[in-house]
Amino acid sequence: MTYSPPLEIFDRPTTPLIITRSFPGRYDSLASIGDFVRGMSEKAGLDTFAVYTVEMAVDEACSNIIEHAYQGEDVGPISCTCKISNDGLTIILEDEGRPFDPKTVAPPDLTSSLEDRPTHGLGLHFIRQWMDEVRYEFQPGRGNRLTLYKKRPPAIKKNNTRKR
Amino acid sequence: MEITHTQYRHCDLVKVKGRVDSYTAPQLSETFNKITEQGRFKIALDMSELDFMSSAGLRALINAQKVCKRYNRGELVLVAVPENIRAALDLAGFIPLFKIYDDVLTAIGNF
Repeated sequence: MTYSPPLEIFDRPTTPLIITRSFPGRYDSLASIGDFVRGMSEKAGLDTFAVYTVEMAVDEACSNIIEHAYQGEDVGPISCTCKISNDGLTIILEDEGRPFDPKTVAPPDLTSSLEDRPTHGLGLHFIRQWMDEVRYEFQPGRGNRLTLYKKRPPAIKKNNTRKR
Repeated sequence: MEITHTQYRHCDLVKVKGRVDSYTAPQLSETFNKITEQGRFKIALDMSELDFMSSAGLRALINAQKVCKRYNRGELVLVAVPENIRAALDLAGFIPLFKIYDDVLTAIGNF
C-alpha cells in the first residue's frame, strides 16, 4: 500500500505531512515497517544513504521493542508515525511494553578482538550514530515512545557563481 | 531474503539476496551452521544482491567468523559488499575482522 499525497502539499512547506501506521509486534513486520519508513524518507527528500540510515535505525528500534519492551512476539503493537517537515523527517515509535530506556545500554566496545567482540548493543549504536536526534520517554500506563529525527541536508544551489 | 549455497572442493559460496533483519537472520546463521557442522570453515559470502542488513545480520556474520577462524582452520570472507552495508560494517568496527573482495572469483581463488 503506498500513499501518494497531492503535490501541492510540498508547495506549502509550513504544512507538515504526518502519517501513522500500526504494525503487529512481530519480527515479520520489520520488512513492512521498512517499506513504510523508506517511502516516507524518500518523500522527505533524504538522499539514498540517509534513507538507508533511517530504515536501519527504525529496524533496530523495532527489533528492540519486540525483544526488550514486549520480551516476545505478538504481545502488542508497534505504532510508527512519520512526520515530514520543512527541515527533515521525524519518526515516532510507540509500544505498550515494559520500559526500555536506551540510555541504560552501554555503548559496545568496537575495538576488542574477534573472540571478545560483543554481539549485542550494536543496534543502539547505529541509532545514536546515524540519527541527528534521539529522544526517549516512558509514559506510565501507555508505554515507550522513541523519537528519531533525521535532518535533510540543505539543497545545493546550482549556478551559484556569485563572488564576494 | 533468499539464500543459495554452492559447495566447491576447497570452500563454500553462500549468496544472500534481499533483506537480512531480525526475522530472516536466523536462516542465514542456520546456513553457516550447516556448513561448519560438516567440518568446512572456508566460506565466501556474496552480498552483491543484498539490499539491507541490520545488526541481527551483523551478529550472524561475527558468530560465523568466530567459528570459522577458531584453530586457524578457515575464515568467512565477504564479497561485493554494497556501499550502504559497507558503511554499517565500518560503523560497527567490523572492517578489520573480515577480508572483503570485489568479486566471487578472486575471493574463492584466495582460499
